[in-house]
Formats: sequence, C-alpha cells, structure tokens
Amino acid sequence: MNKRLTAFYWMTMPAVLLFFIFLTLPALQGFYYSLTNWNGFGHQYHFVGFKNYVNLFQDDNVGNAYWFTFKFAIVVTIAINVLSLLIALGLNAKIRFRNFFRGIYFLPNILSVLIVGYIFNYLFSNVFTIWGQNLGITFLSTNILGSEQLAWVGVVIVAAWQGIAFNTILYLAGLQTIPTSLYEASDLDGAGKWREFWSITFPLIAPFFTINMVLAMKNSLMVFDQIVALTNGGPGRATQSISHLIYTGGFRGGEFAYQSANSVIYFIVIAMISILQLRFLQRREMDN
Amino acid sequence: MKMSRHTNWPALLLVTLGTIFILFPLYMTVTIALKNPEQMAHSAFAFPTELHWENFSRAVEMTNFFSAFQNSVMVTTSTVVLTLLTNSMVAYAISRNMQRRFFKGLYFYFVSAMFIPFPIIMLPIVKLASGLHMTNLFGLIMLHTVYGLAFNVFVYVGYIRSIPVALEEAATVDGATTWGTFWRIIFPLMAPISATVGILTCLSTYNDFLLPLIIISDPEQYTLPLVQYVFQGQFNTDFNLAFASYLMALLPMIIVYFIAQKWIINGVTQGSVK
Repeated sequence: MNKRLTAFYWMTMPAVLLFFIFLTLPALQGFYYSLTNWNGFGHQYHFVGFKNYVNLFQDDNVGNAYWFTFKFAIVVTIAINVLSLLIALGLNAKIRFRNFFRGIYFLPNILSVLIVGYIFNYLFSNVFTIWGQNLGITFLSTNILGSEQLAWVGVVIVAAWQGIAFNTILYLAGLQTIPTSLYEASDLDGAGKWREFWSITFPLIAPFFTINMVLAMKNSLMVFDQIVALTNGGPGRATQSISHLIYTGGFRGGEFAYQSANSVIYFIVIAMISILQLRFLQRREMDN
Repeated sequence: MKMSRHTNWPALLLVTLGTIFILFPLYMTVTIALKNPEQMAHSAFAFPTELHWENFSRAVEMTNFFSAFQNSVMVTTSTVVLTLLTNSMVAYAISRNMQRRFFKGLYFYFVSAMFIPFPIIMLPIVKLASGLHMTNLFGLIMLHTVYGLAFNVFVYVGYIRSIPVALEEAATVDGATTWGTFWRIIFPLMAPISATVGILTCLSTYNDFLLPLIIISDPEQYTLPLVQYVFQGQFNTDFNLAFASYLMALLPMIIVYFIAQKWIINGVTQGSVK
C-alpha cells in the first residue's frame, strides 16, 4: 500500500514544482519588488518600504484607471447578463433553426479578442460614421473611440458583443435543466409569462446567474486585449484599464516596482470582489 | 402540449435580430478582405463586385503568415497534449487521496489560483522567464500549461470522483501498479472531460495575446495574434490587406468550430457548470 502512496506523491510533483516556480514564486517576487524602487532593468535598487503604496493612493493615473475599469466592468456585467439571459430565453423557446442559432451565438467566443477589437475599431471609425452622416445622427457621425466622454462606450459594446456568447450558452444549459412539467402546472394555474419567469424560471437558474455574474465581472475587470486593439488607453487616459496601466507603466515606463505595488492592490481588490459576489449571490440562491 | 407545433414568433424575431448583430462584423470582415480601396470608396457595405484574392497573398508575405501559423499551431497542440497528460495525473492523485491532509491542501493551493489575475504576476514572470532562458515558444507552452492548471484540476477532480474506486481496486488485485491503473483504466475513462479541457485549452491558447506579447521577443517566434499586433501600424494605409490578414488568423478556429461545434458547446457548458 505504501508503494501506491509513493506513486501518488510522484504524480503531483511535476505540477507542484511548476506551479510553485511559475505562479507562487512570481507572486511573492512581485510583492517583494513592490517594496523597492526598482525600474525593471537597472542593477541597483533600494528597499523603500510601503512608499509605493502610499504614492499609489495619490496618483491620478491610478485613480483614473480604477474608475474606468470599474465603470466598464459593472456596465459590461449588467449588459451581458441581461442580454444573454434574454437571448437564452429566446433560444430555449419553440423556434425554427434552433441549433443553427445556437451555433451562431457562440461563434464570437472562439474568436481572438484582439482581432475582434481591430475589426470593431475599423467599424467605429470608418463604417458607423458613414451611417451617422448619411442618416444625420450626430452621435454616430464622429468616431466615438476618439471622444474622451464616449470611448468607453465603444469598449463596452465590443466586450458585450463577444462576452454574450459564453453567458448565453451557460444560461441555456440552465434553462434546459428546468422540467417542463413545472410550466404545464403553472399554465393550469393561469400564471402569466411574467409571473412564470420570476416565480419559476429565475429562481431555478439562480446558480447559473451566480456563475455568470462572477465570470463576467472577473473577465471585465481584467480587460486588456480590447483596450490595446480599440483605444490603446486613450484618448488621453480615458480608457486606460488597470491591467493596461500595469503593462505600460511596468514594462515601458520604468515603473516596475511601482506597478508591482499596483498589482498587489489590484489582486486584493479582485479577490475581495469575487468572494463578496459569491457569498452575496449564493445567499440569495438559498433564500429562494 | 397544445402549442407544441407553433413557432414562438416574438422569440424568433428577437433571436434573428441578435444574429444580425453577431454576423454583421464578420460579414464586413469577409467583404473588406476581398475588396480593393476603390471598391471600398464606392460602397462600404455591398458585396464585392470583383474579388481581390491578391489581398491574401500580399498579407501572407507581409506578416510572414505561415511561420506565425506554424508557431501558433505548435504552441496550441503542445499545450493541449501536455495539459491533458499532466493535469489529469495530478487531479487523479488528489481526488483519490482527499482524506489526506497533503492532497487536500494541494487541491486548495491549486484551485485558489483561479482568483489570481494574470497582471499580478505579469511583471516578475518576464524576469523569471528570461533568467531561465524561456522567452521562447517552449516557455510559452510551459506557462500556458501551468496557468490552466487551477481550473483544469478543479474540473478533473469533480469528474474523477464520479468514477467508482472499485474499478481500480480490481486492477490492483490483478497486480497493476498505480501508474498502470492510471494510464490503462482511469485515463481512457476520462475521455469526455479531457475533451472539454482540451477544447478550452485549445481556444484560450490559440487566441491568447498577452502572454506571447510579454514573453516572445524574437519575430521568428511570433504567434498569430502577436503578428496582427506588430503589423497593425503598417496596415494603417491598407485596410483590405489588414482584413485579409485578420480573416486568415481567425479562420483556423472558425473551421475547427464548424467541424466540432456540438462538442465545443457541450464541452464549454460542462466545464463551467461543474
């Protein structure tokens, strides 16, 4: 029996080592660097304690990136969940070509985020503007990605266009777990569609709602590829997300240590949000 | 049910409208890739009157497409194979020893990494990779394999627990070692969940942009998304060329998707709901 256990230990060893070297170690190193003033390429650096952290809280660029990222993440999460639930209900109804539609709706999820961003970038600058001019809609006639007030809406549209695919499929899976007999019973009781949705459908897919909210929120808090493809953080810094700031400041701006401190804060924020979201949404599930 | 033969028209209308939104950018991509600048000026939306296939051949030259394609395929297949072989093994060891403190701790150690956003380790990992001479395709494969581990172990452990232990006990009585039991009995039984893990790994590795961006410096080793990024500046004058190049980069996954659509959708659902 001991030999069996030895084999089990050996099976875990490669993964444990790799995981430690490439995930735990860098995370610890990142924390260590965050306490120094290293620029990322020189040979000399000093230990500065929590100075980077103190500075972070007074930095407008950092505050700006957090503001944009949160605004973006909240709007995208809500938009994606409302729309994908609606589409999933449509796809679950009795319609023709159901499998064809399911296939189409999932398509955006398999495409590269960066390239989708480039395609939309062109649409925003050269296609929608022509529509706007032809139809006389001032809102559309200039490139919204070039506007400091509206650029974030453009990023939201692209993120939602692509994000809906995944959540729709999960909602659809949820809807298919509901036994049709429940609807037959509520039909007999004379319940309307609206009542049916809130009393049967929604409570029964609550676990899927939880998963979808957490996933959509976490993904959009990490937004990077879309930013690179659409606005590169601009105009000005209007659409600079936290990961984009860490990347540009850390690798190109000589702020290696400073952005390491930013990463630590960012990690704490994301972990807290995920845990809070899970606890809050799971409690709701149980109430129902 | 009395209504069963009728189509739900409002639902069909909603779904069709949504489909137009989904397909419109893709339609534009295909048509722009096939036009030339004069045709574009004439009408941006119409289907091209004459097809300019030379956009594709010129894009191939400019982006060194086949080299990037080869790199992408190499990284993706290696990552998928390595992931299936290693991640399933760890998950097996963990799920059969959950009563032991070491393995249980290991499970939570791995799974908790699902909460670590990549940007957190992005800066140090570049230092580490260059120190270990891993700023190349090999490094990319290793890192992709490690970063998928958290989610994959989570999914695999859930699945392996549903496989009866009696099967392995019977094999042990017949004299099979733990390794033999794993490779000959458990690994084949895991085929459905391995398909899921494989599909998800394939999609995320092929489409990944950030990791190659920070790890790869040699242009010979660029993957497809990286090529699009690097050449973006040069495309600014010629959108038709750019779109031909986008289309070529998107096409392999679209083809895979249309062949294995049902598996992919089911796999994604299973992986995430578990």
